[in-house]
Amino acid sequence: MVTCRFFLQSGHILRVQGLVIGGFGKHGKFPHPGVMTAKPKLYYFRGRGRMESIRWLLAGAGVEFEEEFLEKKEQYEKLVNDGRLLFGQVPLVEMDGMELTQTRAILSYVAAKFNLYGKDLRDRVRIDMYVDGTLDLMMMVALLHFKNPEEKEETIDLIVKKAKTRYLPVFEKVLKDHGEDFLVGNKFSWADIQLLEAILTVEELSASVLSDFPLLKAFKTRISNIPTIKKFLQPGSQRKPVPDQHYVDTVRHILQF
Amino acid sequence: MAGKPMLHYFNGRGRMESTRWLLAAAGVEFEEKFIETAEDLDKLRNDGSLMFQQVPMVEIDGLKLAQTRAILNYIASKYNLYGKDIKERALIDMYSEGVADLGEMVLLLSITPPGEKEAKIAQIKERTLNRYFPAFEKVLKSHGQDYLVGNKLSRADIHLVELLYYVEELDSSLIANFPLLKALKARVSSFPMVKKFLQPGSQRKPPLDEESLEKARKIFKLK
Repeated sequence: MVTCRFFLQSGHILRVQGLVIGGFGKHGKFPHPGVMTAKPKLYYFRGRGRMESIRWLLAGAGVEFEEEFLEKKEQYEKLVNDGRLLFGQVPLVEMDGMELTQTRAILSYVAAKFNLYGKDLRDRVRIDMYVDGTLDLMMMVALLHFKNPEEKEETIDLIVKKAKTRYLPVFEKVLKDHGEDFLVGNKFSWADIQLLEAILTVEELSASVLSDFPLLKAFKTRISNIPTIKKFLQPGSQRKPVPDQHYVDTVRHILQF
Repeated sequence: MAGKPMLHYFNGRGRMESTRWLLAAAGVEFEEKFIETAEDLDKLRNDGSLMFQQVPMVEIDGLKLAQTRAILNYIASKYNLYGKDIKERALIDMYSEGVADLGEMVLLLSITPPGEKEAKIAQIKERTLNRYFPAFEKVLKSHGQDYLVGNKLSRADIHLVELLYYVEELDSSLIANFPLLKALKARVSSFPMVKKFLQPGSQRKPPLDEESLEKARKIFKLK
């Protein structure tokens, strides 16, 4: 397998017969894979769920990816019967010759591969602590849409409360303490992408959630303007919308619960 | 100065036990400060020692680490139990997450109300036999090596063997048709550090009894 590095103008991605050769982000400090490789392929329902954080991370890294949406039970059963789902579950991401399942395993691999996991072990443990905290919050939101209406209101309140009292203050303090643009090591990382996703997701539940957090407001604007992220935030990207009843029904039907 | 890691948790398995196993298997001596009352937990919170106001928390190398996975990732990396490259790490992570999913079900059993316990136990047994044990047996069979990843002991093996002991406590017959899992359990259990950890008097914690459960409920203000 030939590894090529191409120096390209900022923001360009070179495509050759379905293979992705990376591009340089603006200023050269943002992700630029620069290696010839097949596109990762994501297998999931046509919705956010546990795959959305992975979409964000790949997009933030400037990595193009393909998706196969599970819309019929037969598709899911085929994946199971073909032995492609280690624990019988999706998300599944096919990349670099591996069939990866388990959300965190996939996220960690992508972060490490595309240099979004800090420069050393100390950076990495900080990133891990921050993303684990935000992933806990994101999982609460993912499950929200499967609750019945009475429980839903209660859960939304709980999520917003947890965001405002447990998670957001931590990140506001982190930014305040070091005064840098990014959460860890003065460098764009998985932690920044995960936090932005969490902020935007909770804002959908409560628009004023950042009202007491000025540094996070600035952080939100700053990270949203990173070229790869900006592109992902535009209509027509692979970002998925707020889950609707059709999505919930499809998942319930396919996973039989 | 590098002192011994200090573990902050209550005196029970909970979410700290996998860290105890990993440190023990890595041959790392550690100290523990047990949270005995709600006030002890409040003190840690007020000290600013707990990033998200939660335990487990591990003091190591001048850091105060929170979040179980972050702690385990750090220890595994530091003591070379995380594979040789990112691809091996991805496999180790995938297997460890599977272990954690089943482990979570076992963990939650201890705070399940008596009326719902039977159903939960049945679900754990079903998942063990139909999802998790077959998956790991298949991995071991596929390469025929002694360990799950890279022909070398990693955290994945330690987490899995820990889980095998919990499943055995629940129902010792479940592992009967999984010869490679049995072999892995025996192999890892025979390492001097693990053997020592498995003996009475070690820092390994027993299953939660009624008294400890009550204590934990008070500390964490559980219903």
